[in-house]
Amino acid sequence: MAGFLLAQDLEIDADRRQTQQRQTGPPETRPEQVAARTKHLTAEQMAKAQKEISVSEFFAKNRHLLGFDNPRKSLLTTIKEAVDNSLDACEEGGILPDLTIEIHQIEEDRFRVVIEDNGPGIVRAQIPNIFGKLLYGSKFHSRRQSRGQQGIGISAAGLYGQMTTGKGPTIISKTKRSKAHHFQIQLDSSKNKPVITKDEELAEWHQKQGTRFEIGLEAHYKRGLRSADDYIKQTAVSNPHARISYLAPGMQEARVYERAVKDVPERADEIKPHPYGVELGELMKMLRATNSRWLSGFLQEEFCRVGPKVAKEIIKTAGLSERSYPSRIAREEADSLYRAIQKTKISAPPTTCLSPIGEELIREGLMKECDADFYAVATRPPSVYRGNPFQIEVGIAWSRPGEERLDVDAKGHISKTRKKRGTYDTENLLGNADDPVRLLRFANRVPLLSQQSGCGFTKSVLATAWKNYGLSQSRGALPVGSAVILIHMASVWVPFTSEAKEAIAPYPEILKEVKLALQEAGRKLGMHIRKGKKVASEFQKRNYIEQYLPHVGIGLQEILGISDEDRFELVETLQEAMETSRKI
Amino acid sequence: MGARKKTTKKKAASGKKTSVRKKAMGKKTVKVKSSGAAVDRTKEDLRKVALDSIQSVATEVYRTGSTGGLPQLTMPQRNLANVTYDKKTGYFEMKGNLKTRTLDVNSVKTFAQTLRLMALAKDMVGQEDFATKREAYYVSKNWGDAKFNEQRESDTVLDDIEGMFSVHEVTRETLRFMPEEHGGSVVGALTVIDRDPETLDPIRSDCAAMGSGAYTVPSSVDHLGFETQADFVLAIETGGMFQRLNHHRYWRTANCILVEMGGVPTRATRRFVRRLSDDLKLPVYVFVDCDPYGMCNIYRTLKVGSGSAAHVNRNFCVPKATYLGVTPQDIEDFGLHDATHPLQPVDVKRAKDALKNDPFFQAHPKWKKAIKQMLKMGVRAEQQAFAKWGLNFVIDEYLPRKMRDPKKFLP
Repeated sequence: MAGFLLAQDLEIDADRRQTQQRQTGPPETRPEQVAARTKHLTAEQMAKAQKEISVSEFFAKNRHLLGFDNPRKSLLTTIKEAVDNSLDACEEGGILPDLTIEIHQIEEDRFRVVIEDNGPGIVRAQIPNIFGKLLYGSKFHSRRQSRGQQGIGISAAGLYGQMTTGKGPTIISKTKRSKAHHFQIQLDSSKNKPVITKDEELAEWHQKQGTRFEIGLEAHYKRGLRSADDYIKQTAVSNPHARISYLAPGMQEARVYERAVKDVPERADEIKPHPYGVELGELMKMLRATNSRWLSGFLQEEFCRVGPKVAKEIIKTAGLSERSYPSRIAREEADSLYRAIQKTKISAPPTTCLSPIGEELIREGLMKECDADFYAVATRPPSVYRGNPFQIEVGIAWSRPGEERLDVDAKGHISKTRKKRGTYDTENLLGNADDPVRLLRFANRVPLLSQQSGCGFTKSVLATAWKNYGLSQSRGALPVGSAVILIHMASVWVPFTSEAKEAIAPYPEILKEVKLALQEAGRKLGMHIRKGKKVASEFQKRNYIEQYLPHVGIGLQEILGISDEDRFELVETLQEAMETSRKI
Repeated sequence: MGARKKTTKKKAASGKKTSVRKKAMGKKTVKVKSSGAAVDRTKEDLRKVALDSIQSVATEVYRTGSTGGLPQLTMPQRNLANVTYDKKTGYFEMKGNLKTRTLDVNSVKTFAQTLRLMALAKDMVGQEDFATKREAYYVSKNWGDAKFNEQRESDTVLDDIEGMFSVHEVTRETLRFMPEEHGGSVVGALTVIDRDPETLDPIRSDCAAMGSGAYTVPSSVDHLGFETQADFVLAIETGGMFQRLNHHRYWRTANCILVEMGGVPTRATRRFVRRLSDDLKLPVYVFVDCDPYGMCNIYRTLKVGSGSAAHVNRNFCVPKATYLGVTPQDIEDFGLHDATHPLQPVDVKRAKDALKNDPFFQAHPKWKKAIKQMLKMGVRAEQQAFAKWGLNFVIDEYLPRKMRDPKKFLP
């Protein structure tokens, strides 16, 4: 929402300033004199300093709002924006993503980042605008689930690179039909316009289609939590259909995250706004802009879930006529119409606009990237906040404390094996048994790395009683255990708390759904842990049998004088009889 | 022992004029009662029965186990709920409730230990050796995992084995497990005829010639012979009272045998007193503290045996014993009110338990009355409480007054 407000505010600001300038006219007194007399300014003097700010200029000053607060985070955000765009493009094109990500260290604090995808590519004319103009994109106005939302990210990354190194981004893109185009652009931040410094057609490119984005920037590369590594790893979890090759400084060769499934996620439908999700201002704007000639038609055409019956009810409640002219309503009775909408019962928006990851894929993703003993997944039915459909999915990967794993075979025998541990230490998502669980937050498949404590997901995790599900938890803290809790929200509009897209705003509807999903997965986990405890205690009991049973044999041998062979056979028969008599 | 058929020597009743000891006080004709060793089944018999029983239990376990079944050991339940009391038989008898120990994860350790102790018993019976309960516990230390961690554990298993074989009339002693405990002390007009374990020569111990010490009851008493002129046996709870009576030679003035029980009497002491009661036809009077422990544990166990060893009670109790004191009424009669202590909660619980669960007390209205009286008074009195009236009040006043009418003693 903040992104939307930001854009609107800027527009409104610009409007107001123009209006003010028109009204005030030229100054009559010499400002220097006034300034000399007093430090205060007159409205006319102020007017001189008032002028339009471009979005790019605004960003240049407030880059922390978009996740470029420090060199380390800037690197992460740059990669994140490019990867989001690539994955979105592949998905829209119905292509299994094949991503190459490279981070090259040029100097101590200079890096070059390359992100290349096999997506549908971008037509030549659009390349400069997409990468060189802020708030330019296809996703802002659409009510469809996608990773990107505002059309700020990738051009902001380019702007940041240009600000810190003086050089803008280099883009190579090829569509199936055209040749590959090679662009170098500079961003004119005062005009928010791209300046093309190089535009050539390549005769040869190694891919049939795709886009390559390359930018130099001032950055800092660090491993560990909330690093670029972490981001790629988590992206591999939430996008098991993507193959990602990742090369970072210090790596001998690229780490490849292979895909676990070969189906492209279904492309989500675009939907019309739901009446509940529209505010008065927007409603008035829609009333003005509509082509409908009468009110009932307007409601039915511009909104989803409004049929003739619902439209009639709304209009009746608002005390209006079905035949009213929408543009007349916009001026006069919009408010009563708005209130009537809130009072009318309207069914929830269609959920075809959502593309959840799916239980099977969440499980695949978790199994692929963390070696746990148990995986539980839960998906909630779609729900609505402020007229925006959303859906919550949860996955839990849990590892039994200790180095060993107990397995029960069909015959009821218990065997013990050592756990396999990944070779990549920093990549192991599972922590120690006495550490807090690892929380993986995703919004439309994008990992959220920062601001965990400020996120609505975290609030729901804290509000869930994990003790019921076999994990210990102190008051107001994350549960403890060698476990990963994955939470994914799929929505046409994800309510981030800031432009950096780091945390989910705690809408009550969202908190509730997350909690319900956590409880559902938690119940499965609890059942497993309890059963595991049973198996462990059963294993111990069987050890006990093994420990003492031979003495039964010895005692009998001493009394009856049976042979060693008979004794062994007896002990074996007894053990078999005892174990099969026990149920697990 | 076991189902021994006792041949009480009737000739003792006829009395031998040639008494060795003639110290007894005048007027009465001196009658010397005597008894030889209680005759057991022959040693060979016992050995055979013991070995056969062990063999048959083990064979059954092996047979079941090797055919894929879960073997079981069956033994009587050892608790008060599994005993009955009949005034005519005079001791706690087992009702025959059995407990079955099936081999499973919870019993496997005890199961193994039981079999290994049985193997030890077989060994000892074969080699005519014995092990004290403590020694048996240490033998287990060589069993690795199956060893006992505390003697309490091995004692329980031994008691189970004893119970298991009691069905075959085989006792712990026959299985060659000896109690560590020795019996109580004895002084008075009694000569005990023992024999040298090596030469088998008889050894005579005159319990009147022990000076300030006393004769100690051995752990096995069935081979002993007796000679006595005493009129009765007085079984005493505490060593302190025993010493006082011995010091002032009460046994001489009252012509009796004094037995110190030292709390709940051991099996040997019970058996010893039983033989004095049965073989010498001497009345047995019991002198203990007036508290639930003295009544419900010490006296009850001496008279009718215990619930946990009900399988041996037949021979290890003294059904004819009666309760001299201290009774709750004595507190009233002898003005001991200010020499009492209040009953502790544990005392009250014990007393109420006895009224509710103990078949012995339930069978005797007089006892019920006495216990209820004590509970109502809410106090207990020790044997030593008579010292309030002077150190020797008990000798000079209490015992003589009580002995005037032994029929009034509590049953």
